[in-house]
Amino acid sequence: MLDLLKLGLRGGRPPRQLPATPALKPTYDVVIIGGGGHGLACAYYLARNFGITNVAVLEKGYLASGNTARNTTIVRSNYLTPDGVRFYDESVRLFGNLSHELDFNIMYGERGHLTLAHTDAAMRTARWRAEVNQHLGVDSSLVYPDDIARLCPELNLRDDVRYPILGALYHPPGSIARHDAVAWGYAQRAAEMGVEIHTHTEVTGIRIEHNRVVGIETNRGSIACGKAMQAVAGMSSELARMAGFRLPIRTIPLQACVSEAVKPFLDPIIVSGSLHIYVSQSARGELVMGGSTDPYPLYSTRSTLEFKEDLMMHMLELFPFIGSLRVLRQWAGMADMTPDFSPVMGLTPVENYYIDAGWGTWGFKATPVSGTCMAETVATGKPHRLCAPFSLERFYDYAQVGEKGAASVGH
Amino acid sequence: MSKRTHMRLAAPYGRLIDRDKLIRFRFDGECYNGYAGDSIASALAANGVRILSRSFKYHRPRGILALAGNDANCLVQVGPEPNVRADARLIEAGLNVSAQNVAGNLGFDWGRAVEYLSRFLPVGFYYHAFFKPGRAWRFWEPVIRRMAGLGRVERSAEHDTIDHIHLFADVAVIGGGAAGMSAALAAAAHGARVIVLDDGAELGGALLHGRHALDTQTARSRLDELRNQITNESRITVLSGATCTGWFADNWLAAMSATQYYKIRARAVIAATGVIEQPAVFRNNDAPGVMLASAAQRLMHLYAVKPGTRAVVLTATAAGYGAALDLLDAGVEVAAVVDMRDSHDGDAMHSALHTAGVEILHGHMVSEALTRKHGHELAGAVVRAADGSGQPRTLPCDLLCISAGWMPAAQLLSQAGGDMTAEADGAWFIARAPQGNDHALLAGALNGRASLAAALADGHHAGNVAARTLGLTSADAPAAPAFETPDGHAWPIVHDERGRDFVDVDEDLQVKDIEDAVAAGYTDINLVKRYSTAVMGPSQGRYSAANTLRIALSEQDSPLTGARLTTQRPPILPEPIAHLAGRDRQPLRRTPMHDWHLAHGAHMMPAGSWHRPAYYGEAASPALAAAREAAAVHQRVGLIDVSTLGKIEVRGPDAAQFLERIYTFRYARQPIGRLRYVLMTDEAGVIADDGIAARFADDFFYVTATTTGVDAVYRQMLRWQAQWQMEVDLIHVTSAWAAINVAGPSARALLTPLVDDVELAAAAFGFSECREGHVGGLPARLMRVGFVGELGWEVHVPAHHGDALWRELMARGQALGVAPVGIEAQRLLRLEKGHIIVSQDSDGLSYPEEVDMNWAVAAEKPFFVGQRAIEAMARRGLTRRLVGFRLPLGTPVPEECSLTLRGQDIVGRVTSVAFSDAVGHIIGLAYVAPDMAEVGGRFDIKLAGGGGRVSAEVVPVPFYDADNARQKL
Repeated sequence: MLDLLKLGLRGGRPPRQLPATPALKPTYDVVIIGGGGHGLACAYYLARNFGITNVAVLEKGYLASGNTARNTTIVRSNYLTPDGVRFYDESVRLFGNLSHELDFNIMYGERGHLTLAHTDAAMRTARWRAEVNQHLGVDSSLVYPDDIARLCPELNLRDDVRYPILGALYHPPGSIARHDAVAWGYAQRAAEMGVEIHTHTEVTGIRIEHNRVVGIETNRGSIACGKAMQAVAGMSSELARMAGFRLPIRTIPLQACVSEAVKPFLDPIIVSGSLHIYVSQSARGELVMGGSTDPYPLYSTRSTLEFKEDLMMHMLELFPFIGSLRVLRQWAGMADMTPDFSPVMGLTPVENYYIDAGWGTWGFKATPVSGTCMAETVATGKPHRLCAPFSLERFYDYAQVGEKGAASVGH
Repeated sequence: MSKRTHMRLAAPYGRLIDRDKLIRFRFDGECYNGYAGDSIASALAANGVRILSRSFKYHRPRGILALAGNDANCLVQVGPEPNVRADARLIEAGLNVSAQNVAGNLGFDWGRAVEYLSRFLPVGFYYHAFFKPGRAWRFWEPVIRRMAGLGRVERSAEHDTIDHIHLFADVAVIGGGAAGMSAALAAAAHGARVIVLDDGAELGGALLHGRHALDTQTARSRLDELRNQITNESRITVLSGATCTGWFADNWLAAMSATQYYKIRARAVIAATGVIEQPAVFRNNDAPGVMLASAAQRLMHLYAVKPGTRAVVLTATAAGYGAALDLLDAGVEVAAVVDMRDSHDGDAMHSALHTAGVEILHGHMVSEALTRKHGHELAGAVVRAADGSGQPRTLPCDLLCISAGWMPAAQLLSQAGGDMTAEADGAWFIARAPQGNDHALLAGALNGRASLAAALADGHHAGNVAARTLGLTSADAPAAPAFETPDGHAWPIVHDERGRDFVDVDEDLQVKDIEDAVAAGYTDINLVKRYSTAVMGPSQGRYSAANTLRIALSEQDSPLTGARLTTQRPPILPEPIAHLAGRDRQPLRRTPMHDWHLAHGAHMMPAGSWHRPAYYGEAASPALAAAREAAAVHQRVGLIDVSTLGKIEVRGPDAAQFLERIYTFRYARQPIGRLRYVLMTDEAGVIADDGIAARFADDFFYVTATTTGVDAVYRQMLRWQAQWQMEVDLIHVTSAWAAINVAGPSARALLTPLVDDVELAAAAFGFSECREGHVGGLPARLMRVGFVGELGWEVHVPAHHGDALWRELMARGQALGVAPVGIEAQRLLRLEKGHIIVSQDSDGLSYPEEVDMNWAVAAEKPFFVGQRAIEAMARRGLTRRLVGFRLPLGTPVPEECSLTLRGQDIVGRVTSVAFSDAVGHIIGLAYVAPDMAEVGGRFDIKLAGGGGRVSAEVVPVPFYDADNARQKL
C-alpha cells in the first residue's frame, strides 16, 4: 500500500518486475524446461532453499503461457489417498502465505469448496474423502442440504430436478487465486536471486551421453547443463520422447470459460462430478466455469461448441436464475492424464534428468508444493518425501496412487 | 435527467423504425418514448439522452461509442437481466432499463471518487497492495469484489427455453453486406444451398448506413436489387438478426438470434464480416458525444436520430469525409474535418465539403475533448498540428466523430485458424484465411476489398471459388478484384500527461497504463493484455487491440509491420447461458413397470439415467424396509424389476472369441444353454464392470452389464472391435428388454404354471443355465441366476411386455406371498452372499485378486484386456484385500466408507455393511492390509463423523448359505 502511495506521488514509470530475456550462456548448473508455474516455482526454491542460482528456465512461448494461463485456479486438499492429501495439504499451506513469500498479491481467496453429490455413489465417495481428510487433519466434512442452503443459498436445492443434490463434501480451505500472479511472482523473485528466464526459447533436443543428460538444444542455440528438469504440461510425452523414455500419459484437451463480470453473488467454489461442472466467481466478477476433459486425446487447444452446451445446461440446473448471464470467452488447455489421476514426479531413466508431469487437471493447485519438492529432488538427486509416492517407477509395477474419485472434474 | 430534446430527422431517414408505433419505456427511473424498431440506445439518443452507463473502474459517464451492439459503453440492466447491449436490444412497451455499476444514479455517481485516486492506482496496482499485513486480503477481497462486476443477476430471474436449430449448407456466408450477398448469389447460381448469417435487422451491412462516395443513391438502389435477387433465389436461406458467434473445427458454426441458437454444418464458409472502424486516443476521448463516425451514420440512417448540432470529424479515412457530408445533409453543422494524414488526394467528397465551406485540416489531430458539467457533456475539441507546430485551437462542438482507420472483423476467422497482422507500421491490418482449409474463404472489406465495386466483385469471386471447391462447377472463377490498401493512420494517438487518454474504454485503461505494463517487464503483447486486462472486456478488443499493440510495441521500439494481435477465442459476442443450454437433454429413463411401482408405494432412487424402486411402502428406515423385503425373498418369493440392467447382444462366428478377449473368464467352450459370469478389467487390470453371459447359440451371447456401467462397456467393446475387426456384431439392447428377477424358495411354484415350453424342474433347468421360451404366453429369455442367493430366474421379455408380465406374476403370486423387492433389499441379499457391487466394493484401483475373484480370471488364456497388468500385479503381491467381517449385535452399524485402521494408519475402508436378520449379525465387506485378512483376525473400524472405533472380526464369505445350496434347489 505504501509502495502505491510512493509511486503515485513520485510519478514516473514503475520499477521493472519481469526481467528481459538475456543471451543464453554456454553452461548452466540446472536447466528447467517449461516457464510455467511449476518450472518457475522450482527455480525459485532451488535458489532460495539450496542456493543454486546458475539456472536457466526455458519457455517456448511468453512467460507462463501454457496451462498456468489456462486453468481455473482452484486450490484444495480434500483428496482421497493419504499420499495425495498430505501432498496437497502442504500446497494449501504454502499457498496461504504465498503473497507474503513473493511480495506479490496472488489474491488467494479462501472461499470454501463444495463438491456436490447427486447419487448414492457420490455420497459414498464424499464420505470416504471426508473420513480420510479428517483422519489426516484436513478440514473437510460431509454436509447435507440444510447446511448447503446456509453455505450457498444460491444453489437450487429442490428435489424435483433431474439430479437433486443429496449432500456435499465441504472443504472450507478450498480457495481460488490469480493464476498469472503466481507465475509472475515466482519469476520475479527467482530472477532477483540470479535465475535466468528465457522466453520464446523452444527446446528442440536433449543431449544425452552415457545415459546422462549433458545439454539442451534450443531454437536459440545449444547449452550444456549439469541437470535438467522438465515441467511442460501438455507436451510432457513429447519432451520425454526427446529424452528417450516413455510416459504413461494421454494428453486430452480440457476446456473452460468465463462469463461477463457481474456483481458478486457466488462465494464458495461449487463442484459437481455427476453434472461435470465446477464454478467459482472471480474477484473481477466473472464466473469461471469448467467441466470434464474432452472425450478423446488430442494435441490441440481448440474450443468446441458441445463443451459449452452441456456445461451451461448443467449450470442452469444448479443456478436457474442465470439464464441471461452471458459467456464471454472460452478456451482449452492440454491435460496430461495419468492412469491413476496422480502426477509423475522425480527421477527418470536418464541420469540427472528429472520430471514434473502428469498434472492432468490438477496442476495449478500443486504449484508451490511441486516447486519445493522438485527443487529438493533436483538439488539432492533424491525424491522429496512428499513426492516419492508419485515416482515414474510406480507404473512399472502398478503401485498406483488412485485419485480418480477426488481428481476427476473436481479440479 | 436531461431535457427531452427531440432529435428525430424526417423520413427517409430511419429505415429501421416504424413511426406509427410509439413505445413507452423506462430508463434510469424516467419514462421515454421511442418507435418500434428503435434500440434502447437509439431511442434514448432521440430523446437527447447522452449518458448510458458508467465506466468499469472510474465510473466516468459514457455514451454511444460504436452503436454496433458490442462495446461496454452500451451495457445496461434490463429488469433482472445484466449487461444488455442497449444498442442491440429493441425497446418494448414497459421495458424497465436501468444503469449498472452506479453508486447513486447515472447523473451523480459516488463511484467516480475512484477516478480522483487514480494516480495511486496504476495498472496492476492490486498485485502490489491489499495483502499486507497478515491476512489483509480477507478484508479487501469482498470490498474489491463489490466494486468489480457490472450488472447484477437477480435470484428471482427466469429464462425462456431456447431451441437449438440444426442446419446444413453447402456454403455458409457470414455477413450480409455487399460482399456477402454477392457471394451468396454466386454460389447459389451454381446450385449450392446457401445460408447467409447476418447480425443486422435487415440485409445490407454498411450499405444501410454508409456513404458511398457521392453516389449513395446508386449504392442504395444496388442494395435493393441484391436483396430482391436473394429473396427470389430459393437456394438461399437468410438468417437475419443472427450473429455467428463461433467457427469451430470442420466448418461447424454457432449463431444466435434473440430467441434461437443455430448450429450449422457448412461444407464451405465465406467470411464477409467487414471491417471495424477504429477510434483515436486523446484526452477525454471517452466523453459522451465522442463516437465513431459509423455510429453517427447509423443513428441518422437507421434510426432518424440527429446525433448532434455541431460536429468535428476526426479522420484518417475517406469514410470520415462521407460522414461529414452525411452530417451536413442531416442539418448538423460541421465545424471542421480534422485529417490526421498529411495530405489526402482530393476526391469528390473532399471537394464537396470544401464547396460547402467546411474547414479541412490536414496533418492535424484532436488532442483533447473538452467537456462541461463534470464530463457529462462534450463542449469542444482541441485541435493541433500533428507535428506540434502552431497553436492549438479549440473548436466548440457537441459531437466528435472519429474514423481513424479499419480493423478487419477477423475474430471468427481467428477461431478457425486464420490470421491477422499489422501492415505499414500499423496503419492498417490484413486478414488471412486459415491455412489448410480450402473451404474457408474471405470476401469484401475483410479481404481488403472495401469499395462497393470491389466488394461486389470479391464476393462474386468467393462464391464462385466456393462452388468450384465443392465440385458444383468446373468453370474457372472470375478474377478477384485487386487489393485496395485500407485507409488509416499508424499512430492515431495523442498521449496526454494528465491522462484520461483511453486506449481501452471497456477496462478504463489509459496510454500510461499500457506503457507502465511494458516498463514493468510485461513486454509480450499477451502479457500486456494479462497484466493490464486490455482487450479482455466486453468488446474483446474490437476498439482497443490495435492501439494497445501500437503503444506496447512502440514502447519497445519493435516494428509494427507483421505484428500479430492476441488470439481471439469464441464466442465473438457474449452468449446468454440459456441460449447455450437449450432444452434439457438429460432424459430420465423409466422401466415399463414404473407406474406400477409408483402406484404401490415405491420410493424411487436414481440409478444412472434410470429411476428404480429403492423399497416399497412405509418404513421407519430404508434398512427396515430392506429387511422386510429380504425376508420375503428368503422365505417366499420376491420380484425385483431388473429392467435397467445393461444388455448387449454379441452375435457372429467370433462371438465367443470376442468375449474371451473382452472379459477375464473363459467362454470358448461355454455350452449353449449355460450362463457364465463376466468380469471386465481395463488395460491397467482394474475391475470395470461385471454381469453374466448367456449363450443361446454357437454364435450368440446375451450379455448383461451393470445399470450404470453398460454405456462404458459398450463403448469399450466398440473401441476394441474397431481395432480387432472380428466377425462379430455388437447390439446395445438395454431398452429393448424388460427383466424381472423372480427369487425365493417359491420361485419355481410361481413360474411353472406360466411356462409350458420350458421344463423348470431342477433336473431339466439347472443352476446357471438359460433357455428361451414363453412365460405367460410372452416370448422370454430365462436365466437361472444366483445374485441374491435363493432359487431364482431372471425373466427377460420384450420391453413392451414388461408391465404385463410383472402384473401377471404379482397376481398369481398372491397365494405364495409374493412381494415386490427394491434395490435396498437386493443390496442386502447380495451382501449376505458376499457378491461385490462394482464401483461400490471396488474402486479405481481394484483388481480381481484384491477382491478374491481370481476364480473369474482365466490366467492361461493367451490374451484379455488387462491381463498383462494383472500378471504384473500378481508378481508384485497384494497391497490390500477385500474381506468379509462381522460385528457383534449392539455395536453401532458403521457408515459405508468408514476407515479401517491399524494403529493410526489407514489400511482401507468399509465398502458395504448392513445388519442381516438371516445371518443374525452386522456383516460387511472392507479393505484391510493383506496380513490382516486371515479369517478370525480382527481390525479396527473408525466410525464415520468422528465417532470411536469398533473391532471387527474377519469371517469367511458367503455369510449366508455357505455351500450355496439354496440357489441350487
